[in-house]
Amino acid sequence: MIKVDTCGMGCPQPVLMTKKALDQNPEGADIIVDNNTAKGNVERFIKNAGYQMEIIEDGETFMISARK
Amino acid sequence: MEGKKGIIFGGAIVGILSVLLVYLGNPANMGFCIACFIRDIAGGIGMHRAAVVQYIRPEIIGLVLGAFLLALKNREFESRGGSAPFTRFVLGIAVMIGALMFLGCPLRMVLRLAGGDLNALIGIAGFVVGIFGGVYFLNKGFNLKRNYKMPKSEGYLFPIVNVGLFALLLAAPAFLFFSEKGPGAAHASIWISLIVGVIVGAIAQRTRLCMVGGTRDMILFKDSYLLSGFLSILAFAFIANFFMGYFNVGFAGQPVAHVDGLWNFLGMVLVGWASVLLGGCPLRQLILAGEGNTDSVVAVMGMLVGAAICHNFGLASSPKGPTPNGQIAVIICFVIIAIISYLNSEMLSSQSDLKSQSTLSKS
Repeated sequence: MIKVDTCGMGCPQPVLMTKKALDQNPEGADIIVDNNTAKGNVERFIKNAGYQMEIIEDGETFMISARK
Repeated sequence: MEGKKGIIFGGAIVGILSVLLVYLGNPANMGFCIACFIRDIAGGIGMHRAAVVQYIRPEIIGLVLGAFLLALKNREFESRGGSAPFTRFVLGIAVMIGALMFLGCPLRMVLRLAGGDLNALIGIAGFVVGIFGGVYFLNKGFNLKRNYKMPKSEGYLFPIVNVGLFALLLAAPAFLFFSEKGPGAAHASIWISLIVGVIVGAIAQRTRLCMVGGTRDMILFKDSYLLSGFLSILAFAFIANFFMGYFNVGFAGQPVAHVDGLWNFLGMVLVGWASVLLGGCPLRQLILAGEGNTDSVVAVMGMLVGAAICHNFGLASSPKGPTPNGQIAVIICFVIIAIISYLNSEMLSSQSDLKSQSTLSKS
Protein backbone atom coordinates (compact mmCIF):
# COMPACT_ATOMS: atom_id res chain seq x y z
CA MET A 1 0.00 0.00 0.00
CA ILE A 2 1.32 3.46 -0.90
CA LYS A 3 2.44 5.55 2.07
CA VAL A 4 2.27 9.35 1.99
CA ASP A 5 4.15 11.43 4.56
CA THR A 6 2.52 14.85 4.97
CA CYS A 7 4.43 15.80 8.12
CA GLY A 8 5.39 19.47 8.21
CA MET A 9 3.29 20.39 5.20
CA GLY A 10 0.98 23.40 5.50
CA CYS A 11 -2.64 23.73 4.40
CA PRO A 12 -3.93 22.41 2.02
CA GLN A 13 -0.98 20.17 1.11
CA PRO A 14 -1.88 17.14 3.31
CA VAL A 15 -5.29 16.86 1.61
CA LEU A 16 -3.85 17.54 -1.86
CA MET A 17 -1.25 14.80 -1.29
CA THR A 18 -3.99 12.43 -0.09
CA LYS A 19 -6.10 13.23 -3.15
CA LYS A 20 -3.17 12.63 -5.49
CA ALA A 21 -2.32 9.32 -3.78
CA LEU A 22 -5.91 8.06 -3.99
CA ASP A 23 -6.28 9.25 -7.60
CA GLN A 24 -3.24 7.17 -8.50
CA ASN A 25 -4.08 4.25 -6.17
CA PRO A 26 -7.87 4.00 -6.00
CA GLU A 27 -7.67 0.87 -3.80
CA GLY A 28 -6.32 2.91 -0.88
CA ALA A 29 -3.38 4.65 0.76
CA ASP A 30 -1.75 5.23 4.15
CA ILE A 31 -1.44 8.90 5.06
CA ILE A 32 0.83 10.11 7.84
CA VAL A 33 -0.09 13.44 9.46
CA ASP A 34 1.52 15.28 12.36
CA ASN A 35 -1.15 17.68 13.57
CA ASN A 36 -4.84 17.72 14.41
CA THR A 37 -5.80 20.20 11.68
CA ALA A 38 -4.30 18.07 8.93
CA LYS A 39 -5.78 14.95 10.59
CA GLY A 40 -9.27 16.45 10.54
CA ASN A 41 -8.93 17.68 6.97
CA VAL A 42 -7.58 14.38 5.65
CA GLU A 43 -10.24 12.38 7.52
CA ARG A 44 -12.99 14.56 6.05
CA PHE A 45 -11.59 14.16 2.54
CA ILE A 46 -11.26 10.38 2.84
CA LYS A 47 -14.79 10.07 4.22
CA ASN A 48 -16.24 12.28 1.47
CA ALA A 49 -14.38 10.21 -1.14
CA GLY A 50 -16.22 7.11 0.13
CA TYR A 51 -13.34 5.21 1.74
CA GLN A 52 -13.25 3.22 4.97
CA MET A 53 -10.79 4.61 7.47
CA GLU A 54 -8.56 3.41 10.28
CA ILE A 55 -6.43 5.72 12.40
CA ILE A 56 -3.39 4.59 14.34
CA GLU A 57 -1.67 7.02 16.70
CA ASP A 58 2.10 6.69 16.71
CA GLY A 59 3.71 9.06 19.18
CA GLU A 60 3.45 12.51 17.64
CA THR A 61 2.01 11.36 14.32
CA PHE A 62 -1.12 9.60 13.11
CA MET A 63 -1.39 7.09 10.33
CA ILE A 64 -4.72 7.29 8.54
CA SER A 65 -5.40 4.24 6.39
CA ALA A 66 -7.95 4.66 3.61
CA ARG A 67 -9.38 1.48 2.11
CA LYS A 68 -12.12 0.84 -0.43
CA MET B 1 -24.28 19.35 8.22
CA GLU B 2 -23.44 17.35 11.35
CA GLY B 3 -19.72 18.18 11.24
CA LYS B 4 -20.36 21.81 10.40
CA LYS B 5 -22.43 22.76 13.44
CA GLY B 6 -19.37 23.97 15.34
CA ILE B 7 -18.06 26.25 12.61
CA ILE B 8 -21.52 27.63 11.80
CA PHE B 9 -22.08 28.41 15.48
CA GLY B 10 -18.56 29.85 15.75
CA GLY B 11 -19.11 31.97 12.63
CA ALA B 12 -22.37 33.23 14.10
CA ILE B 13 -20.62 34.41 17.27
CA VAL B 14 -17.83 36.04 15.25
CA GLY B 15 -20.41 37.85 13.07
CA ILE B 16 -22.45 39.08 16.03
CA LEU B 17 -19.39 40.12 18.10
CA SER B 18 -18.05 42.05 15.11
CA VAL B 19 -21.20 44.16 14.97
CA LEU B 20 -21.15 44.53 18.75
CA LEU B 21 -17.62 46.00 18.54
CA VAL B 22 -18.93 48.64 16.13
CA TYR B 23 -21.69 49.44 18.64
CA LEU B 24 -19.02 49.73 21.33
CA GLY B 25 -16.86 52.14 19.35
CA ASN B 26 -14.99 50.47 16.48
CA PRO B 27 -15.24 52.06 13.00
CA ALA B 28 -18.35 51.12 10.99
CA ASN B 29 -18.21 47.71 9.27
CA MET B 30 -14.88 47.23 11.06
CA GLY B 31 -15.64 45.21 14.15
CA PHE B 32 -12.72 43.16 12.93
CA CYS B 33 -10.28 43.82 10.12
CA ILE B 34 -6.99 42.01 10.43
CA ALA B 35 -5.30 44.16 7.77
CA CYS B 36 -6.62 47.47 9.13
CA PHE B 37 -5.80 46.55 12.72
CA ILE B 38 -2.24 45.43 11.92
CA ARG B 39 -1.92 48.67 9.97
CA ASP B 40 -3.11 50.60 13.03
CA ILE B 41 -0.55 48.80 15.19
CA ALA B 42 2.19 49.66 12.65
CA GLY B 43 1.09 53.28 13.06
CA GLY B 44 0.81 53.02 16.84
CA ILE B 45 4.45 51.99 17.16
CA GLY B 46 5.52 54.68 14.70
CA MET B 47 6.37 52.52 11.70
CA HIS B 48 4.26 54.93 9.63
CA ARG B 49 2.99 58.42 10.40
CA ALA B 50 -0.51 58.39 8.89
CA ALA B 51 -2.10 60.26 11.78
CA VAL B 52 -5.62 58.85 11.31
CA VAL B 53 -4.70 55.15 11.56
CA GLN B 54 -2.54 54.77 14.65
CA TYR B 55 -3.64 52.61 17.58
CA ILE B 56 -2.53 49.41 19.30
CA ARG B 57 -5.57 47.25 18.51
CA PRO B 58 -6.19 44.88 21.41
CA GLU B 59 -8.31 42.67 19.14
CA ILE B 60 -5.15 41.49 17.35
CA ILE B 61 -3.43 40.74 20.66
CA GLY B 62 -6.57 38.94 21.84
CA LEU B 63 -6.78 36.80 18.69
CA VAL B 64 -3.20 35.62 19.16
CA LEU B 65 -3.59 34.98 22.89
CA GLY B 66 -6.98 33.27 22.50
CA ALA B 67 -5.52 30.89 19.93
CA PHE B 68 -2.39 30.41 22.06
CA LEU B 69 -4.28 29.57 25.27
CA LEU B 70 -6.72 27.16 23.63
CA ALA B 71 -3.96 25.46 21.63
CA LEU B 72 -1.97 25.08 24.85
CA LYS B 73 -4.96 23.64 26.69
CA ASN B 74 -5.75 21.17 23.90
CA ARG B 75 -2.09 20.19 23.44
CA GLU B 76 -2.13 21.61 19.93
CA PHE B 77 0.56 24.19 20.59
CA GLU B 78 3.71 23.27 18.73
CA SER B 79 6.75 25.37 17.82
CA ARG B 80 7.34 24.91 14.12
CA GLY B 81 8.97 26.90 11.35
CA GLY B 82 11.42 26.94 8.48
CA SER B 83 9.02 26.59 5.55
CA ALA B 84 10.18 29.31 3.13
CA PRO B 85 10.11 32.10 5.75
CA PHE B 86 11.24 34.98 3.53
CA THR B 87 8.84 34.01 0.76
CA ARG B 88 6.08 34.14 3.38
CA PHE B 89 7.31 37.55 4.53
CA VAL B 90 7.05 38.88 0.96
CA LEU B 91 3.61 37.29 0.54
CA GLY B 92 2.53 39.00 3.77
CA ILE B 93 3.55 42.35 2.29
CA ALA B 94 1.60 41.58 -0.90
CA VAL B 95 -1.51 40.61 1.08
CA MET B 96 -1.35 43.91 2.96
CA ILE B 97 -0.88 45.98 -0.21
CA GLY B 98 -3.91 44.27 -1.80
CA ALA B 99 -6.01 44.61 1.35
CA LEU B 100 -5.24 48.31 1.73
CA MET B 101 -6.09 48.87 -1.93
CA PHE B 102 -9.57 47.43 -1.21
CA LEU B 103 -9.64 48.71 2.40
CA GLY B 104 -10.12 45.48 4.27
CA CYS B 105 -8.97 41.92 4.78
CA PRO B 106 -11.26 39.06 3.70
CA LEU B 107 -12.99 39.16 7.11
CA ARG B 108 -13.78 42.85 6.77
CA MET B 109 -14.86 42.23 3.17
CA VAL B 110 -17.57 39.95 4.55
CA LEU B 111 -18.45 42.41 7.32
CA ARG B 112 -18.68 45.24 4.76
CA LEU B 113 -21.12 43.23 2.66
CA ALA B 114 -23.09 42.36 5.79
CA GLY B 115 -23.40 46.10 6.42
CA GLY B 116 -24.80 46.70 2.92
CA ASP B 117 -21.56 47.92 1.27
CA LEU B 118 -21.99 46.63 -2.28
CA ASN B 119 -18.38 47.45 -3.18
CA ALA B 120 -17.61 44.32 -1.17
CA LEU B 121 -19.45 42.24 -3.78
CA ILE B 122 -16.86 43.37 -6.33
CA GLY B 123 -14.18 42.61 -3.74
CA ILE B 124 -15.56 39.08 -3.29
CA ALA B 125 -15.57 38.57 -7.08
CA GLY B 126 -11.90 39.57 -7.15
CA PHE B 127 -11.15 37.43 -4.09
CA VAL B 128 -12.63 34.34 -5.78
CA VAL B 129 -10.69 35.03 -9.00
CA GLY B 130 -7.50 35.38 -6.94
CA ILE B 131 -8.21 32.08 -5.17
CA PHE B 132 -8.68 30.40 -8.55
CA GLY B 133 -5.25 31.81 -9.49
CA GLY B 134 -3.68 30.32 -6.36
CA VAL B 135 -5.48 26.99 -6.85
CA TYR B 136 -4.16 26.83 -10.43
CA PHE B 137 -0.63 26.82 -9.05
CA LEU B 138 -1.53 24.42 -6.20
CA ASN B 139 -2.68 22.02 -8.90
CA LYS B 140 0.65 22.58 -10.63
CA GLY B 141 2.39 21.39 -7.48
CA PHE B 142 2.93 24.73 -5.71
CA ASN B 143 4.05 24.35 -2.13
CA LEU B 144 6.42 26.09 0.27
CA LYS B 145 7.97 22.81 1.47
CA ARG B 146 7.95 21.32 4.94
CA ASN B 147 8.27 23.08 8.25
CA TYR B 148 10.33 21.70 11.11
CA LYS B 149 10.16 21.40 14.86
CA MET B 150 11.65 24.42 16.59
CA PRO B 151 12.73 24.97 20.20
CA LYS B 152 9.69 25.66 22.41
CA SER B 153 10.86 29.22 23.09
CA GLU B 154 10.62 30.06 19.38
CA GLY B 155 6.87 29.44 19.40
CA TYR B 156 6.27 31.15 22.77
CA LEU B 157 7.98 34.33 21.66
CA PHE B 158 5.15 35.76 19.55
CA PRO B 159 2.45 35.39 22.24
CA ILE B 160 4.91 36.93 24.72
CA VAL B 161 5.54 39.85 22.36
CA ASN B 162 1.77 40.35 22.20
CA VAL B 163 1.54 40.44 25.99
CA GLY B 164 4.29 43.05 25.92
CA LEU B 165 2.40 45.04 23.31
CA PHE B 166 -0.69 44.98 25.53
CA ALA B 167 1.38 46.20 28.48
CA LEU B 168 2.65 49.03 26.27
CA LEU B 169 -0.92 49.93 25.34
CA LEU B 170 -1.95 50.04 29.00
CA ALA B 171 1.09 52.12 29.94
CA ALA B 172 0.63 54.35 26.85
CA PRO B 173 4.11 55.88 26.93
CA ALA B 174 4.65 59.12 24.96
CA PHE B 175 6.57 57.36 22.16
CA LEU B 176 3.44 55.52 21.01
CA PHE B 177 1.11 57.20 18.52
CA PHE B 178 -2.65 57.31 19.05
CA SER B 179 -4.95 58.83 16.44
CA GLU B 180 -7.04 61.73 17.66
CA LYS B 181 -9.42 61.51 14.72
CA GLY B 182 -10.24 59.10 11.90
CA PRO B 183 -10.62 55.31 12.07
CA GLY B 184 -7.67 54.98 14.45
CA ALA B 185 -9.50 57.08 17.04
CA ALA B 186 -12.63 54.91 16.82
CA HIS B 187 -12.37 51.95 19.12
CA ALA B 188 -14.14 49.99 21.81
CA SER B 189 -12.56 50.07 25.27
CA ILE B 190 -9.26 48.27 25.68
CA TRP B 191 -10.43 45.39 27.86
CA ILE B 192 -13.59 44.69 25.87
CA SER B 193 -11.59 44.66 22.63
CA LEU B 194 -9.08 42.29 24.20
CA ILE B 195 -11.75 39.92 25.55
CA VAL B 196 -13.67 39.84 22.25
CA GLY B 197 -10.34 39.17 20.51
CA VAL B 198 -9.60 36.27 22.87
CA ILE B 199 -13.07 34.75 22.29
CA VAL B 200 -12.79 35.04 18.50
CA GLY B 201 -9.21 33.76 18.60
CA ALA B 202 -10.32 30.70 20.53
CA ILE B 203 -13.24 30.08 18.16
CA ALA B 204 -11.01 30.44 15.12
CA GLN B 205 -8.41 28.10 16.64
CA ARG B 206 -11.01 25.47 17.48
CA THR B 207 -12.92 25.60 14.18
CA ARG B 208 -9.88 26.36 11.92
CA LEU B 209 -11.93 29.24 10.50
CA CYS B 210 -10.26 30.62 7.37
CA MET B 211 -11.78 33.05 4.92
CA VAL B 212 -9.65 31.97 1.98
CA GLY B 213 -9.79 28.26 2.84
CA GLY B 214 -13.57 28.16 2.29
CA THR B 215 -13.50 28.97 -1.39
CA ARG B 216 -10.18 27.17 -1.92
CA ASP B 217 -11.40 23.87 -0.45
CA MET B 218 -14.67 24.15 -2.36
CA ILE B 219 -12.76 24.51 -5.65
CA LEU B 220 -10.12 21.89 -4.84
CA PHE B 221 -12.09 19.23 -2.97
CA LYS B 222 -15.76 20.25 -3.08
CA ASP B 223 -15.43 20.51 0.71
CA SER B 224 -17.79 23.15 2.13
CA TYR B 225 -16.67 22.98 5.80
CA LEU B 226 -14.72 26.26 5.92
CA LEU B 227 -17.07 27.98 3.49
CA SER B 228 -19.94 27.42 5.91
CA GLY B 229 -18.01 29.46 8.51
CA PHE B 230 -17.53 32.27 5.99
CA LEU B 231 -21.25 32.24 5.12
CA SER B 232 -22.27 32.04 8.76
CA ILE B 233 -20.27 35.20 9.60
CA LEU B 234 -21.93 36.96 6.65
CA ALA B 235 -25.45 35.87 7.62
CA PHE B 236 -25.20 36.64 11.33
CA ALA B 237 -23.36 39.94 10.89
CA PHE B 238 -26.09 40.90 8.43
CA ILE B 239 -28.82 39.99 10.92
CA ALA B 240 -27.05 41.87 13.72
CA ASN B 241 -26.51 44.93 11.50
CA PHE B 242 -30.14 44.83 10.47
CA PHE B 243 -31.45 44.78 14.04
CA MET B 244 -28.98 47.41 15.22
CA GLY B 245 -30.02 49.72 12.38
CA TYR B 246 -26.53 49.67 10.82
CA PHE B 247 -27.60 48.09 7.53
CA ASN B 248 -27.23 50.66 4.77
CA VAL B 249 -27.23 49.28 1.25
CA GLY B 250 -25.39 50.99 -1.61
CA PHE B 251 -22.06 51.72 -3.27
CA ALA B 252 -21.41 55.37 -2.50
CA GLY B 253 -20.75 56.85 0.93
CA GLN B 254 -19.97 53.54 2.64
CA PRO B 255 -17.76 53.78 5.74
CA VAL B 256 -13.99 53.45 5.19
CA ALA B 257 -14.53 52.35 1.58
CA HIS B 258 -14.18 53.70 -1.96
CA VAL B 259 -16.17 53.05 -5.12
CA ASP B 260 -13.41 52.33 -7.65
CA GLY B 261 -14.65 48.92 -8.82
CA LEU B 262 -11.61 47.93 -10.86
CA TRP B 263 -9.17 48.49 -8.02
CA ASN B 264 -11.47 47.00 -5.39
CA PHE B 265 -11.52 43.95 -7.63
CA LEU B 266 -7.76 43.83 -8.30
CA GLY B 267 -6.87 44.48 -4.67
CA MET B 268 -8.83 41.42 -3.60
CA VAL B 269 -7.49 39.30 -6.48
CA LEU B 270 -4.08 39.97 -4.96
CA VAL B 271 -5.26 39.13 -1.44
CA GLY B 272 -6.96 35.90 -2.58
CA TRP B 273 -4.03 34.67 -4.65
CA ALA B 274 -1.31 35.55 -2.11
CA SER B 275 -3.38 34.09 0.76
CA VAL B 276 -3.77 30.76 -1.04
CA LEU B 277 0.01 30.67 -1.46
CA LEU B 278 0.39 31.40 2.27
CA GLY B 279 -2.06 28.62 3.09
CA GLY B 280 -4.59 30.84 4.83
CA CYS B 281 -6.14 34.28 5.19
CA PRO B 282 -4.70 37.01 7.48
CA LEU B 283 -6.94 35.86 10.36
CA ARG B 284 -5.70 32.29 9.98
CA GLN B 285 -2.08 33.48 9.93
CA LEU B 286 -2.61 35.17 13.31
CA ILE B 287 -4.22 32.04 14.76
CA LEU B 288 -1.45 29.77 13.47
CA ALA B 289 1.08 32.26 14.84
CA GLY B 290 -0.58 31.87 18.25
CA GLU B 291 -0.36 28.07 17.92
CA GLY B 292 3.42 28.25 17.62
CA ASN B 293 3.77 28.35 13.82
CA THR B 294 6.60 30.82 13.35
CA ASP B 295 6.23 30.77 9.55
CA SER B 296 2.88 32.44 10.14
CA VAL B 297 4.56 34.87 12.54
CA VAL B 298 6.86 35.81 9.65
CA ALA B 299 3.82 36.29 7.38
CA VAL B 300 2.25 38.56 10.03
CA MET B 301 5.52 40.51 10.26
CA GLY B 302 5.35 40.85 6.47
CA MET B 303 1.86 42.32 6.86
CA LEU B 304 3.12 44.72 9.54
CA VAL B 305 5.98 45.92 7.34
CA GLY B 306 3.62 45.95 4.33
CA ALA B 307 1.31 48.29 6.23
CA ALA B 308 4.21 50.64 6.97
CA ILE B 309 5.23 50.54 3.29
CA CYS B 310 1.64 51.29 2.28
CA HIS B 311 1.37 54.42 4.38
CA ASN B 312 4.95 55.66 3.98
CA PHE B 313 4.78 55.44 0.18
CA GLY B 314 1.17 56.53 -0.25
CA LEU B 315 -0.06 53.13 -1.48
CA ALA B 316 -3.14 52.76 0.72
CA SER B 317 -6.50 53.83 -0.64
CA SER B 318 -8.72 56.29 1.19
CA PRO B 319 -12.47 56.89 0.91
CA LYS B 320 -11.54 59.20 -2.00
CA GLY B 321 -10.21 56.19 -3.90
CA PRO B 322 -6.97 54.42 -4.74
CA THR B 323 -3.69 56.25 -5.33
CA PRO B 324 -1.50 55.94 -8.47
CA ASN B 325 1.32 54.65 -6.26
CA GLY B 326 -1.01 52.01 -4.84
CA GLN B 327 -2.05 50.90 -8.32
CA ILE B 328 1.58 50.53 -9.40
CA ALA B 329 2.35 48.60 -6.19
CA VAL B 330 -0.52 46.17 -6.78
CA ILE B 331 0.73 45.49 -10.31
CA ILE B 332 4.30 44.97 -9.03
CA CYS B 333 2.92 42.55 -6.42
CA PHE B 334 1.14 40.57 -9.15
CA VAL B 335 4.46 40.15 -10.95
CA ILE B 336 6.19 39.12 -7.71
CA ILE B 337 3.60 36.56 -6.68
CA ALA B 338 3.44 35.18 -10.23
CA ILE B 339 7.19 34.58 -9.99
CA ILE B 340 6.84 33.04 -6.50
CA SER B 341 3.99 30.85 -7.76
CA TYR B 342 6.03 29.65 -10.72
CA LEU B 343 9.30 29.09 -8.89
CA ASN B 344 7.66 27.03 -6.12
CA SER B 345 5.47 24.90 -8.38
CA GLU B 346 6.47 21.72 -10.15
CA MET B 347 6.22 23.42 -13.55
CA LEU B 348 9.86 24.37 -13.26
CA SER B 349 11.05 20.95 -12.10
CA SER B 350 9.02 19.10 -14.73
CA GLN B 351 10.53 21.32 -17.44
CA SER B 352 14.05 20.71 -16.18
CA ASP B 353 13.20 16.99 -16.02
CA LEU B 354 12.17 17.16 -19.66
CA LYS B 355 15.39 18.98 -20.51
CA SER B 356 17.53 16.43 -18.73
CA GLN B 357 15.57 13.64 -20.39
CA SER B 358 16.12 15.18 -23.82
CA THR B 359 19.81 15.61 -23.01
CA LEU B 360 19.93 11.95 -22.01
CA SER B 361 18.19 10.79 -25.15
CA LYS B 362 20.55 12.91 -27.24
CA SER B 363 23.59 11.38 -25.59
